[in-house]
Amino acid sequence: MNRINKKLQEDKKMLSIYFTAGYPKLNDTVPIIEELEKNGVDLIEIGLPFSDPLADGPTIQQSSTAALKNGMHTELLFQQLKGIRKTVSVPLIIMGYFNPVLQYGVEAFCKKCQEIGIDGLILPDLPLDVYQEEYKSIFEKYGLINVFLITPQTSEARIKAIDDASEGFIYMVSSASTTGAKEGFGPEQKAYFERITEMKLKNPQIVGFGISNSDTFQQATQKTKGAIIGSAFIKHLSQKGVSKIGQFVKGIR
Amino acid sequence: MKTYHADERGYYGEFGGAFIPEMLYPNCEELRQNYLRIMEEPSFQKEFHQLLKDYVGRPTPLYFAKRLSEKYNTKIYLKREDLCHTGAHKVNNTIGQILMAKKLGKNRIIAETGAGQHGVATATVCALMGIECVVYMGEIDIARQAPNVARMKMLGTEVRPALSGSRTLKDATNEAIRDWINNPVDTHYIIGSVVGPHPYPDMVARFQSVISEEIKWQLKEKEGRENPDYVVACVGGGSNAAGAYYHYLDVPDVGIIAVEAAGKGINSGESAATSALGKVGIIHGSKTLLMQTDDGQITEPYSISAGLDYPGVGPMHAHLFKSGRGEFISITDDKAMTAGLALCQLEGIIPAIETSHAFAIFEERQFEKDDVVVVNLSGRGDKDLRNYIDYFRL
Repeated sequence: MNRINKKLQEDKKMLSIYFTAGYPKLNDTVPIIEELEKNGVDLIEIGLPFSDPLADGPTIQQSSTAALKNGMHTELLFQQLKGIRKTVSVPLIIMGYFNPVLQYGVEAFCKKCQEIGIDGLILPDLPLDVYQEEYKSIFEKYGLINVFLITPQTSEARIKAIDDASEGFIYMVSSASTTGAKEGFGPEQKAYFERITEMKLKNPQIVGFGISNSDTFQQATQKTKGAIIGSAFIKHLSQKGVSKIGQFVKGIR
Repeated sequence: MKTYHADERGYYGEFGGAFIPEMLYPNCEELRQNYLRIMEEPSFQKEFHQLLKDYVGRPTPLYFAKRLSEKYNTKIYLKREDLCHTGAHKVNNTIGQILMAKKLGKNRIIAETGAGQHGVATATVCALMGIECVVYMGEIDIARQAPNVARMKMLGTEVRPALSGSRTLKDATNEAIRDWINNPVDTHYIIGSVVGPHPYPDMVARFQSVISEEIKWQLKEKEGRENPDYVVACVGGGSNAAGAYYHYLDVPDVGIIAVEAAGKGINSGESAATSALGKVGIIHGSKTLLMQTDDGQITEPYSISAGLDYPGVGPMHAHLFKSGRGEFISITDDKAMTAGLALCQLEGIIPAIETSHAFAIFEERQFEKDDVVVVNLSGRGDKDLRNYIDYFRL
């Protein structure tokens, strides 16, 4: 069984952390993953930096630009992660934009992920229909779970189609926004969380966007399986460094 | 029948589609489901054509350039898009899209701009319709294109600097897309070229297709035939070219010539010649040819003309290139500037530097004496005076 599915069976709220590979320093990738696991994070999203991250707000944009400037690239990330499964057992997901994956070669990329022990991919600009027609068989061949996003504007029919196509969890974008743009949840989000819960989807939902602290983590996970923190973690990382990751994670739960 | 138009999923051959994050899916889907229906409504057609006639000043003349023709020993016609209100073809599209936005019930407009021409054309139609408008423009371009920034402000538009990445057109486009993600319900995004996710390339091409629609009957009047031997246009993202080619795409007798900006030379590292330097990839939601590193990071193009300074090219043009239907030529800064000055002195027309690239092909390529060559004169050069002054030390 894929590590993601196994993890999701645990009777607890999932804390997922996103960080940008190659930031703050080029070789921080592995130490960050190890620290996150040591501190009890359930899922880790490794961001493959892209020059034009159009779904991201300023924090992740800046970390991506800095990571690329530091010299991060796809092959290097794979090299850094080569021995990761000797020390880390937490599910690992690579999150990025489709173009770098396309240039690496989708099949070569997926093969590399399997060799390393990556469990899933989140590629927000790889659309559902293209995935199903062209790439699903490749992802499956290499045992990778593809995670799709839904937003408050996603129609019920499309949510169902996405639920059908998903095999791990659904990445539930909390509000119409780029990453790191909004903090906290209003009545609109709460209604949205409830509406999705009532749909009784086959895949658990993990909420992302707008979660930055213990309060928002609690609110986001009241009805859902877990929550993802990205921008707030990256801010903490830039200010306090890799050695203080424990402090951040303990502040969430 | 083999066609070079988009299919119903927005593909031109292998290029196009909608590679967008889910946050943009509802917006693009709403547009995709409605754009053809709205464009075909008689009330839409009537208002669109009325505004093109009375406000933009269409039809624009198809002018036989006698002295230019003599110089190059062929028959050259100029399609005078430079005479459109606001000084370029861009307004054909913004008129169409503002009417589209109204039909969709949107009350806020966003746009991206590089040199500021599309920004001005968008600000103009928003003023005309009394709709709120925000234009994203790279911080560097804002400094380079002060007169157009001032024009947009006078027209009541808010110009927001794009501070991310290289702070030019591609980043302004990223910022506009991010705005749309954050405002999915009330806002319409007026993209300025035949780029972006489906249905934008096809929709913008259709709005610009008025250019070749007019060329057909104008040429019939002058030459007794609708089809020229060649249509020539400069290509950045490619909207003026898409409009000039549109009704000739599936007419094999008409040669299609696309002129890209080579900047300081194709191999100089400072170029915007996407067909020569680009590889297949995804930019701004479209699968097309784009300039990128081996690792898939999008690189920054260079051209003396801000309007050709885009690292990608519309999917229609990627397909024209790949299929061989179009002939692609790239022209350096120097050759473009020389050709622009030649047009001034032979025909009394000061072209935009973008357009000057198209005129440089007559030095690069021979035409037959009897060939009828239509050059789309996409914009006028007022906005480029600073560059012309510096270049020629006027």
